[in-house]
Amino acid sequence: MAAARTILALAVSLAAPALAQEQETPAPPMNKWSFAGPFGKYDRAQLQRGLKVYREVCQVCHGLKLVAFRTLADPGGPGFTIAQATAIAAEYQVKGEPDDQGEVKDRPGRLADVFPTPFPNDQAARARYNAVPPDLSVIAKARGYERGFPRWVGDIFTQYQEQGVDYLTALLHGYRDSPPAGVTLPPGNFYNEYFPGHAIAMPPPLTDKRVDYTDGAPMTVEQYAKDISAFLMWTAEPHLEARKRVGMQVFIFLIVLAGLLYFTKKKVWHEVELHPEKLKPRPPSEYPRA
Amino acid sequence: MSGHPTYQPQSAFMRWMERRLPIGGLIYSSFVVYPTPRNLNYWWTFGGILAFMLGVQIVTGVVLAMHYTPQVDFAFDSVERIMRDVNYGWLLRYLHATGASMFFLAAYIHMFRGMYYGSYKDPREVLWILGVILLLLMIITGFMGYVLPWGQMSFWAATVITNLFSAIPLVGEPIVTWLWGGYAVGNPTLNRFYSLHYLLPFVIVGVVVLHIWALHVAGQNNPTGVEPKSEEDTVAFTPYATIKDSFLLAVFCILFAWFVFYIPNFLLAPDNYIPANPAVTPTHIVPEWYYLPFYAILRAIPNKLFGVMALGASILILAFLPWLDTSKVRSARYRPLYRQFFWVFVIVCVGLGWLGGKPPEGNYVLIARIFTVYYFAFFLVILPVLGKVERTKPLPNSISESVLREGKPIGAQAPPPAGAKV
Repeated sequence: MAAARTILALAVSLAAPALAQEQETPAPPMNKWSFAGPFGKYDRAQLQRGLKVYREVCQVCHGLKLVAFRTLADPGGPGFTIAQATAIAAEYQVKGEPDDQGEVKDRPGRLADVFPTPFPNDQAARARYNAVPPDLSVIAKARGYERGFPRWVGDIFTQYQEQGVDYLTALLHGYRDSPPAGVTLPPGNFYNEYFPGHAIAMPPPLTDKRVDYTDGAPMTVEQYAKDISAFLMWTAEPHLEARKRVGMQVFIFLIVLAGLLYFTKKKVWHEVELHPEKLKPRPPSEYPRA
Repeated sequence: MSGHPTYQPQSAFMRWMERRLPIGGLIYSSFVVYPTPRNLNYWWTFGGILAFMLGVQIVTGVVLAMHYTPQVDFAFDSVERIMRDVNYGWLLRYLHATGASMFFLAAYIHMFRGMYYGSYKDPREVLWILGVILLLLMIITGFMGYVLPWGQMSFWAATVITNLFSAIPLVGEPIVTWLWGGYAVGNPTLNRFYSLHYLLPFVIVGVVVLHIWALHVAGQNNPTGVEPKSEEDTVAFTPYATIKDSFLLAVFCILFAWFVFYIPNFLLAPDNYIPANPAVTPTHIVPEWYYLPFYAILRAIPNKLFGVMALGASILILAFLPWLDTSKVRSARYRPLYRQFFWVFVIVCVGLGWLGGKPPEGNYVLIARIFTVYYFAFFLVILPVLGKVERTKPLPNSISESVLREGKPIGAQAPPPAGAKV
């Protein structure tokens, strides 16, 4: 054991300087999310506001090609009615099916359609913006940041799964008007505190009062950033609420089961532990009833 | 062990069956009256847990395969469709992805237990080697499964790992092309990985059958490492082992459920939610946590060929463990020196896992090299020498004696308890 402790201490002392080098990009601040934790649920109003931000700001460049309009009315989502989801779908023009003449025309979207992508292909996007804006369907899970030791161990117990949304929120209000002294950006790039490498091709998308909220939520960059991030968490994990609800049921079941099995085990082994010398293997039908 | 009751079919159907295919008798003798050492602790329940996890992986995997599309343009989206549109698809996929981690966790605990109690020694060498083969099959199967979602990590893991074979002199490059089915990781690679990922679990099932067969021939080892000598040393598999295994399996499932339902993405890299893009290399290509120790060994060695050899050797060396360990005493309980080296070995393995996730630079490389040297020295130097020089503690005469005298000095000089057959 002494040897084990020595080798552990040695490894830790050698690693300390290496750990210090990792703090280049600041860790995004942790927000309070309604969907965090074992009982987490999406805030319907927040998801609806987030969808509004998406439709008025993000969708010019970013698609949601995995998200179907019908899911807007699914339980555990933004809580639209079928009629509302149908109306939202109808506001989009999507590529239709070939008609009798073989012509393909655009038609209004239906519930079964997905959000149309803004560019026909990556080349078209690059020609326009000099970069390919990523599809946002699973972006909240496709981004994150290094939690580092020992925080990642704590995350197992605190169930912290919101690295992605925290990062997106921080990114959206992490723009600085000019880079710090000594930093030059490539042309067409912007300085963002939280973006790895700091030079981001996306212009600052949000400004105060850019999107009109009708529910009294503050119309600030910070609020917009949180709402769109929450909305993108939902697009990435549309069944999060069902998952956590089923999880709690499974948990209660397993804890009760484990408890019952534990006491059954105690009972079955009672004789072995009390009178180990008496036992012989025998069929279960012959076990004495205590 | 002789003398345990034989199977007496209770129903007319089972009597009819027993004269034609004695499956009832096989189950009865293997899983009911099968004698297990009475002193097995909870570390012995991981075999059952592993069998359960294999079942979970196969059942969820078969259903996932019904909805998955093994084609580079659709694979990523088809996994997302499973998550969104298949009934309980999110549950199936998270069970399967997290299940792989749980499977490896249980396998590593199972192996460390075998090493601590010397379970690989005569007459259980073949049992142990079959276990090493199972680990190897699991590693290959898990890797191929990781490629299937066709995210960035999938693609680049496939690229990095298959490229390891290019280190082989002369035939390296043709082998890699053959593995890929082309000149780069592409659709043929995905197709064959899918095919093999479906096939290999059933090969694993076959080897598990052999593993259990070998176990039932040699019998289980136990924490004393002393073979059962009389019926007093054993208890029947059912109900004793069955109930103990069931309890710990339920506890293990609580851990499993915690990950599946509350932190399903904790063990998955965010980069794998980005569709595969051969034109963009991720900043850090990191394998799943269960490969990290081997990955650290690979990177600890500056030469690619020797790195790949060390990677292979780090797994294959396990197969030689029964002969590298020269001590006649099985259990680390009676090997004070071995016990220390064993725990250092555990720390080194965990440490290598931690280093495998770090960029290969600065002191990380230095520590990885020290740990790699220890990893191999443990097998090649420490174990052979220790068997010759270590002064082991006296062994109990029997399992019963050890159980009865728990907490009191035990040893060959202690008289056996009254009534115990020695």
